[in-house]
Amino acid sequence: MCRLRDLLAATNGKGVRIVGTILEGYARLQAAARERMHERIKAHQIEIHIGDATCENAAGSLEVRDEFEKLIEASGRTDIVIKKTGCTGRCSAEPIVGVMQHGKPPFKYQSVTPEKVRRIFTEHILNGKIVLDYLLDKKTKNEYRYQVAFYKNSTYCGAEPFDALELADAGLRAAGLGETDVKLSLCLNRGLFISHCDVQYYMIVFPQIVRYRIRSRADLEKVIAGHLVGGMVVGDLVEEEDALFDRYLTTYADIEFFSKQTRLTLRNSGIVDPESLDDYVFYDGFGAAARVLDGMSPEEVVADVKKSGLRGRGGAGFLTGLKWEFAQKAKNPRRYIICNADEGDPGAFMDRSTLEGDPFSIIEGMIIGAYATGASQGYCYIRAEYPLAIQRVEMAIDKARAAGLLGKNILGSGFDFDLEIRLGAGAFVCGEETALMHSIEGRRGQPRIRPPFPAESGLWGCPTTINNVETWANVPVIFLYGADWFARIGTEKSKGTKVFALAGKVKNTGLVEVPMGTTLRNVIFDIGGGIPGDKMIKAVQTGGPSGGCIPVGMLDTEVDYDSLAAIGSIMGSGGMIVLDEDSCMVDVAKFFLEFTMSESCGKCTPCREGTLRMYEILERITRGEARHDDLDNLERLANLIKKTALCGLGQTAPNPVLSTLKHFKDEYEVHVRDRRCPAKVCKKLIVYEIDKEKCIGCTACARVCPVSCISGKPKMVHEIDKDKCIRCGQCWTTCKFDAIRKN
Amino acid sequence: MSAHDTAERQYTLDRELQAYISECRGKEHSESFLISVLHKVQARYGYLSQEHMQEVAELLGVPASTVSGVATFYHFFRLQPQGKYKVSFCLGTACYVKGAPAIIDAFKEELGIDVGETTKDGLFSLEITRCLGVCGLAPVVMINETVHGKLTPASIPALIAGIRKKEEAG
Ligand SMILES: Cc1cc2nc3c(=O)[nH]c(=O)nc-3n(C[C@H](O)[C@H](O)[C@H](O)COP(=O)(O)O)c2cc1C
Ligand code: SF4
Ligand code: SF4
Ligand code: SF4
Ligand code: FES
Repeated sequence: MCRLRDLLAATNGKGVRIVGTILEGYARLQAAARERMHERIKAHQIEIHIGDATCENAAGSLEVRDEFEKLIEASGRTDIVIKKTGCTGRCSAEPIVGVMQHGKPPFKYQSVTPEKVRRIFTEHILNGKIVLDYLLDKKTKNEYRYQVAFYKNSTYCGAEPFDALELADAGLRAAGLGETDVKLSLCLNRGLFISHCDVQYYMIVFPQIVRYRIRSRADLEKVIAGHLVGGMVVGDLVEEEDALFDRYLTTYADIEFFSKQTRLTLRNSGIVDPESLDDYVFYDGFGAAARVLDGMSPEEVVADVKKSGLRGRGGAGFLTGLKWEFAQKAKNPRRYIICNADEGDPGAFMDRSTLEGDPFSIIEGMIIGAYATGASQGYCYIRAEYPLAIQRVEMAIDKARAAGLLGKNILGSGFDFDLEIRLGAGAFVCGEETALMHSIEGRRGQPRIRPPFPAESGLWGCPTTINNVETWANVPVIFLYGADWFARIGTEKSKGTKVFALAGKVKNTGLVEVPMGTTLRNVIFDIGGGIPGDKMIKAVQTGGPSGGCIPVGMLDTEVDYDSLAAIGSIMGSGGMIVLDEDSCMVDVAKFFLEFTMSESCGKCTPCREGTLRMYEILERITRGEARHDDLDNLERLANLIKKTALCGLGQTAPNPVLSTLKHFKDEYEVHVRDRRCPAKVCKKLIVYEIDKEKCIGCTACARVCPVSCISGKPKMVHEIDKDKCIRCGQCWTTCKFDAIRKN
Repeated sequence: MSAHDTAERQYTLDRELQAYISECRGKEHSESFLISVLHKVQARYGYLSQEHMQEVAELLGVPASTVSGVATFYHFFRLQPQGKYKVSFCLGTACYVKGAPAIIDAFKEELGIDVGETTKDGLFSLEITRCLGVCGLAPVVMINETVHGKLTPASIPALIAGIRKKEEAG
């Protein structure tokens, strides 16, 4: 990791500016911010972390905060303080409340309600007894003397690898310490090791938060004997550097959902107060920008981004460094940069979470990008459906400007750059870069033919660099930790991590960030917790309306840009929707097509007319009115649109249909041939029947049927007139005796 | 438009909006603020009336045809008055998969109106949006700026009754 003292010592020998002054300025800024943060920490025994994000608020976090505020006030305690954080990404367990106390590991409570707040406050906060029932981590069985998290180094290059958990367990037992004294866990945060390939594990011991370097068995034995049994810190094995993952670990301890992720983009989300510049700076925020402005030439910045291998996270996966280089070399000296925060995929929310939870990281990324490409004005184009994100970014821009981090002469470097927000207005096509630029210009958001590419001619005809939110959020990481380090994470052609918005039929819905190359199975089962109920997983949809459905047999695919493309889907922006046996693949394809059809801007015929024709065919199939050649026609039409549409929307619109046709052809055929929907989703293909064995004649169904086609006397078996039935399903939802069957 | 004309012309847009528009007009690429201006007008009045769009065109100095072209292109803009409570159903993927259509039906039934309509008392209007970015809590609806998550059809009557009660209480 690039520590500040190294930064201060760094010179590149060719800068015209006096190398070091900007970093010194930054160091002063950071020292002041840290001082204020430390004051705050010292002044309070207990800090209560409460998420404040669209998802958290929808789950009830505002009521939870009110309740805590009331209780704190009533208790008269001034040493308890509430901290606002962004979304942790563990959506289905929200609101999440963290209790942070000096000398204790952090405890996280899930699905907190005002009632739960009262118990947490009295038992835990006032009386020091954790409320086990409400904990997010179900593996915590009691309060431990020590909690130990092992981080395995995936780039370990030493001899004699060993199993730390096993060894630690045996060592503790031999010393008479059991499961209730020490909690051991193995975390997966791969690739986060900055240096030391000879270190096999990093070991972090709570509550003291001491980090150890474990190179060998002997090292581990020494820590067990010295620290866990003897109660003394083993000084010579202590690791001084705090790595990027530390902030996660110290806030979330060893909770599985988090400890199996590798959070680069989401490094601050759920940890920092998104409205506090101090908090961001505390964790080296703006340190990357300072470093870049201090000693690097724009060419060196571009070279580093190229070396890191970072590819655009907005969908197409274009190499970011290369894109910047085009803009840098453009002739026109007036240049712009844009952050694409339109997040159009109707099932992705990582950009929202980042904007709301860590807005300063986007600003910092954009400062670096602007410096590299020679832009002095930037725009953040945010969709109007995200009011809180807009508010947070607005506030962050104001605060950054007030601190001299935006505007004229940033950090005294002589470099000028400012940032403005522009709002979308509910058009998916505006996520496409040329449409987006038209929209910023105040026009209808219709795409145009490329080339020229934006790097050559973008906003108002000037060279423009446009990147996605997640791409921008990754940029500071490259300059804080080094391009080489970044390039060590991920696969050969896809570097770094990817955030997925895991949703649909999965237990732990939320945001999951993993190194490129992690398998779908890892994401859905290890982190996502698998499928709720006793249902079977059927497919995973990635890439939203431009992507495809991946059948269950391919779950071991290692996810990166190229592997997903190879199996007929795309990475897209990271939407990942899990589908189970109750999902009909034809219906899913129809859903996406309905989406692209209504979002088509109408400029070119293949997309405008073609998606409509495809939709009509799918309608027929799901209504049981399909013609025998419909499947062939559908496929032909899909391929035609793919080849002839003007922009990415039309070119990718057929993907959900093509991929389901490829992997789930039989399901289509059952709809066409047998006029049946195996998943019992397509309304028109469902037959409702009453089970004679189960019906007790309660008459409830007959009373709700809108067309009165259910007959039967009270207390006698009822019957449905199938010819009259309009298949509305009301009887099925009404019957309390499970007597109505869908076939 | 000269200062003289502005003095004579009576605008119905409120002062604050007029000031905002003239501030935009003074900036470089003033026409690029059109969408921002329309957002503010809609936030203030609930929708974009013909009259207001005409005034925006005059004050910002862009052709009226551009204003209406933009207003009709973007789904977010409403050209008709909306209910006091604007119910936006999420029809994003996650919500769809988790049963959003049944939620929509429940609202329609409870309020007796279709999507795109407003109740007679002007209290509720229904509309569809795409992904509100809270997929983890699907299915969700946004009522004005508040998102309600993990809904079931059975929970809808109480949700509506809650709002009605609040309204009656004033
Ligand atoms: C129909 C369509 C919608 C798109 N929507 C988005 C979006 O919501 N967010 C985004 O970052 N990129 C979106 N893109 C991709 C952008 O055109 C562009 O490639 C991207 O912003 C470049 O940034 P990146 O290189 O950092 O990924 C979309 C593309 C198409 C064709
Ligand atoms: S492909 Fe569709 S969205 Fe793209 S320009 Fe053509 S009509 Fe518009
Ligand atoms: S609701 Fe169920 S039990 Fe009652 S009459 Fe209908 S089918 Fe029979
Ligand atoms: S599905 Fe609807 S129409 Fe058919 S029997 Fe049941 S309630 Fe009546
Ligand atoms: S799909 Fe409904 S919030 Fe995302």
